[in-house]
Amino acid sequence: MPIELGHFALILAGTIALAQSAVGFFFWRIGGRITSYLRQAAVLQFLLVLASFAALIQAFVLSDFSLKLAADYSYTLQPLLYKITAVWGNHEGSLLLWIVIMTGFGAAVAISGKNLPSDLLALVLAVQGALGAAFIAFSLFTSNPFARLFPSPLEGQDLNPILQDIGLAIHPPLLYLGYVGLSICFSFAVAALISGRIDAAWARWVRPWALGSWAFLTLGIAMGSYWAYYELGWGGWWFWDPVENASLMPWLAATALLHSAIVMEKRNALKVWTIFLAILAFSLSLLGMFLVRSGILTSVHSFASDPTRGMVILSMLMVVIGGAYGLFAWRAKSLRAGGLFAPISREGMLVVNNLFLATAVIAVLVGTLYPLVLEATNGVLISVGAPFFDLTFGVLMAPLLIIIPFGPFMAWKRGDFVAVTQRMAGAAGFTVLITIVLVMVSGGKISLASLGLLLGTWVGIGAIAEIVDRIKLGKVKFSQSWAHLKGVPRIAWTTMLAHFGVGIFVIGVVSVTAWEMEKVEEVAIGQTVEIAGYEVKMLDVSRRLEDNFVAEKVMFEVTSPWGWVTQTASEKRVYTASQIPTTEAGMLTYGFSQIYITLGDLSEDGVRVVRVWYKPFIILIWLGTLFMAGAGFLSLSDRRLRIGVPKSARAVAEPAE
Amino acid sequence: MKWLLVILALFAMIPATLAIEPGEVLDDPVLEARARAISSELRCLVCQNQSVDESDSSFAKDIRLLVREQLVMGQGDRQIIDFMVERYGEFILLRPFFAPHTYVLWFFTPFILIVGIVAVFFRWKRRKSQLPGTDDVETALTRAEQKTLDSLLKDDGKKE
Repeated sequence: MPIELGHFALILAGTIALAQSAVGFFFWRIGGRITSYLRQAAVLQFLLVLASFAALIQAFVLSDFSLKLAADYSYTLQPLLYKITAVWGNHEGSLLLWIVIMTGFGAAVAISGKNLPSDLLALVLAVQGALGAAFIAFSLFTSNPFARLFPSPLEGQDLNPILQDIGLAIHPPLLYLGYVGLSICFSFAVAALISGRIDAAWARWVRPWALGSWAFLTLGIAMGSYWAYYELGWGGWWFWDPVENASLMPWLAATALLHSAIVMEKRNALKVWTIFLAILAFSLSLLGMFLVRSGILTSVHSFASDPTRGMVILSMLMVVIGGAYGLFAWRAKSLRAGGLFAPISREGMLVVNNLFLATAVIAVLVGTLYPLVLEATNGVLISVGAPFFDLTFGVLMAPLLIIIPFGPFMAWKRGDFVAVTQRMAGAAGFTVLITIVLVMVSGGKISLASLGLLLGTWVGIGAIAEIVDRIKLGKVKFSQSWAHLKGVPRIAWTTMLAHFGVGIFVIGVVSVTAWEMEKVEEVAIGQTVEIAGYEVKMLDVSRRLEDNFVAEKVMFEVTSPWGWVTQTASEKRVYTASQIPTTEAGMLTYGFSQIYITLGDLSEDGVRVVRVWYKPFIILIWLGTLFMAGAGFLSLSDRRLRIGVPKSARAVAEPAE
Repeated sequence: MKWLLVILALFAMIPATLAIEPGEVLDDPVLEARARAISSELRCLVCQNQSVDESDSSFAKDIRLLVREQLVMGQGDRQIIDFMVERYGEFILLRPFFAPHTYVLWFFTPFILIVGIVAVFFRWKRRKSQLPGTDDVETALTRAEQKTLDSLLKDDGKKE
């Protein structure tokens, strides 16, 4: 019964979304009461979708295998957490999660949008309604999560063991918050194009949504990367897998959007471009969805899929992209140019930032889609992998990293390049010094890696230098600097944090790529593998029986170069229901570096192949992304970004025409 | 002197037989480095987006050994790559050949970058010539909007 109620709630939500969209598009000019109706509809729609999602979760928790989805993807002996996460460990359920988040964002706009002009809000909600209706219809007609089985089986078929991990509880919801958050920016862009209200205030309204979804997307991608790192047992953190690329593209676009929205907000410039990016970012989210769910590529992330779904998403993609960019082409000309600026200025720097980020999107897009296009047109099969992306993407990132620290130092409108360079001289000297020390410590020679290290350090130090320069540290009395420090606006702090995060991320990537060590050896109990001064000793082998898997567990004792002794375990598991084997890596963290141990095959009696990696500074990769996402959230709490401009704005809230 | 040769030969053989075992490593570090470079350019065809160098599938292992075998035979990098392509198709390359059918793949991104740079440059030029003397332009905001904006910006000024 709850399942039917859930099903019904979803149908009802779809109907409301449809009404919300129709009413919104036809009557947005009226605003006022129409807008209040739309706001209620958005909230109601969210509550209904939430109820249907709850029904699905209940069926999974109770192992109600008359629900086909539960029978296909869960198992009575799974721990409770994995029973819940199994809800979105498949196509149908994850689509519903997507819809929950999408309608949730719609409701959030409806609730928080009191201070928006009511006609603009009406349009935003109309677009959200249309998206909601499309996705709910997609769910109901092609991928109904509420389909039943009769007679119902006694036992379910278990979730893919790789997915039976805390990562599934974290990675998809965060990622979806990012992807779907971008739909709000999209709706705002379309609303702006229809209403013609495209100005600095618009940028201010959109920026919190862009910031929030960007921060979630950053976290989602980073957590996915860490999950792949520890779960797949390959020791890598990024594979240039088409699906990873599918998440990287919206991220790059959202990063560009964040920066161009600053220019639009502060200087009323780059308006057309900002709107373009807002549409692009969400289009790329949809493209990612298409790549994952259509089955045109094989990857770790692929869902069992059928061509109909692919066609439906493709048509949705075409309507969204075609419609939005059609509107864009039609209306963009009517936009009047905004503030003028010299090439050497903060705006100029942000333009360069956008240029490189947008080109990076193209690089990833071409690399991901070209093989598909070539196969479809010529029948030639090629594959594009890490070496291609490292080259094209890397070449684009280098100049971007060089200019990052310049941005915050530049004045708006017209910067003084010489003066800025002088102010940054200290940072530059410091950077070179630190790089030399880092390279020497790593025992490296001058190579591409030291250049990369130089770039990372430059971005990190440059970020801090901006604050140091701002408070005139060392130029005035310390107490005065301290006083200045308290007056530093939050946006300067968040810029510093985010850019600092980029810096240490780069340092982590470069170190791991250049100085990672790997040993594959046959080891018996009591023998050791030596790597980078660490001694890894195999202690013993045991069997472990769990409810849902059987594991062979090998204990290792690791002695660090400075004599610390710690233990870790690596496992090979076989999952009972599916008989799928997985490996669990043993990992030990030393500062920012890690020792990573996986098990290979048992070759002779007691002799086992063991793979040991030394991964220098690998933690910096994720720490860097945490800094970036943290900066995003911190920036959200900036009171200037909150839409709630008190009282005086109320008068403006009426449509001003 | 013969015994010396025998011992030398034995010594030379040990690493060769060991290479088949998990180490797989060639004793010549230069050859080994080349082997690793080549195998990280090859896709493990039975895996999900792993290179032959990274994967521990039996396919990847076979290819790794094959690469090393050919290197020991004195083949050049390019010859080995060609051999692999002949055997498994171009799909095995993680970095596709630079050839007419991949020109678009390789040139599209730099092309877009150049177009972007040119577009930004000309736009700036045009804007500059259109508005001689003016340093700033305001769009037509309604008075009410202007008021909000002013209050928002005033808010900024206080904080900075």
